[in-house]
Amino acid sequence: MSRSDRLPPLLIGIAILVAWELLVRWLKVPVYVLPGPLAILQALWTDGPLLLRSLWTTLEITFAALFLAALGGVALAFVMTLSRWLERSLLPYAVIAQVTPIVAIAPLIIIWVNDAFLSLVVCAWIVAFFPILANTIAGFRSADRNLRDLFRLYGASRWQVQYLLEAPTALPYFLAGLRISGGLALIGAVVAEFVAGTGGTASGLAFRILEAGYRLQIPRLFAALVLLSAAGIAIYAVLSALSNYVLARWHEGASRT
Amino acid sequence: MNDTIRTRGPSLFEAVGVGRRFDDGTEAIGSVSLSARSGGFVAILGPSGCGKSTLLRILAGLDTATAGRIEWSEGPPAKGDVAFVFQEPTLLPWASLWDNVYLPLRLAGRTRADTGAAVDGAIHHVGLDGFAHVRPGQLSGGMKMRASVARALVTGPRLLLMDEPFAALDEITRFRLNDDLLSVWQAQRCTVLFVTHSVFEAVYLAERVIVMSPRPGRIVGDVAIDLPYPRRAALRTEVSYAALCRRVSDLLAETAS
Repeated sequence: MSRSDRLPPLLIGIAILVAWELLVRWLKVPVYVLPGPLAILQALWTDGPLLLRSLWTTLEITFAALFLAALGGVALAFVMTLSRWLERSLLPYAVIAQVTPIVAIAPLIIIWVNDAFLSLVVCAWIVAFFPILANTIAGFRSADRNLRDLFRLYGASRWQVQYLLEAPTALPYFLAGLRISGGLALIGAVVAEFVAGTGGTASGLAFRILEAGYRLQIPRLFAALVLLSAAGIAIYAVLSALSNYVLARWHEGASRT
Repeated sequence: MNDTIRTRGPSLFEAVGVGRRFDDGTEAIGSVSLSARSGGFVAILGPSGCGKSTLLRILAGLDTATAGRIEWSEGPPAKGDVAFVFQEPTLLPWASLWDNVYLPLRLAGRTRADTGAAVDGAIHHVGLDGFAHVRPGQLSGGMKMRASVARALVTGPRLLLMDEPFAALDEITRFRLNDDLLSVWQAQRCTVLFVTHSVFEAVYLAERVIVMSPRPGRIVGDVAIDLPYPRRAALRTEVSYAALCRRVSDLLAETAS
């Protein structure tokens, strides 16, 4: 985006914040119902250290889940594309894991997995791994037909086809999946924390939101929400930048003149 | 060089009553019997959908005949004995020209060090010296096709199958590639089977033009092109060339009606 593209949304954002602050003051809305932006900013400042520590806990879960999702998604895609039979037998279970609401199975996972951190990572992983798996499989399958014929003509092994043809073809698809999964891993981590949070085992950002809600510390609740959104945006931005960097190298021939 | 001597000699293969019926019942090739002399240049000409490509794919082992058989005079071809040039350049977009040309040797388990000279030689043969480390995205359409030809030549094939390789190129580039293909063929002494739908291209290149009928494809004409090699651009305006083009065109028109 150029600077002139960025200006209109920025102006609208500022206008909304100003209107919000003015309305809250003018209508005398109690701070435990809706705090104004300035109150939230103050909460961010005073509760900052506490909230950032919690955010880091949540991000640790998110990154661990995303890393395992990338690893597991790609590994599963490799295995599933080995044969149609394998894909047909395994994919339904991946779909079941994907469509089952994580809130519904999170309590079970928290009971089954003894370690608190690990149980949250598992929950976030279940949410995050499917886009990577589905995209990578699609990428493997989208290899050029003539190139497949060429590999067959020279008697390439299944492994050579995967490694030299299908994996490079799947790279942009994988990166698109990774970008989606980044946001989902954060959502999965927060949802799992919400479920586990009542047990008092976790100190992630979701727990802080619950805690602030119970104590009617609504500005702190909003401050935690702001941090959560910022973290989500940052994850997306970093993964987009990574994706662009890798693809620019991959398509180097097209971009360099 | 005397043409009557050239077109005779031991055959590389003999297709006997080859037919191909697809699973849905459509008959792509009727019953085709065809032999090509070792080191010869045969053009196969026919309307779209006459099974020309199917015939090439059967010879390459990428498709199986549902009738008839193919006899190889020197035994069935080994990996690398048969090369295929597709209508599209069919290069790996993420790999350099050098790596693209090296691919058939790599698939055969040969190392870079071991085959470097062969790869460099093939690149030199098609006139792409100096572009070895460039990716396909940076090459023009004609250069990509040259790269594709270099890749086909790198294994020193006995049979080079070309499926309308220059159809997508502009005329100036096509004429240049025609001349370059002829010099490569004369230097390498491999058998070329060249599918095209251009009468002028077929007559210019080949020592024999096979005319096929619309689906199900059958051979309706086998015209010896008794024009001496090496052929030069001036040939395109000569009376003998025009007469042969006329003869082949008439055959094609007959079969189409």
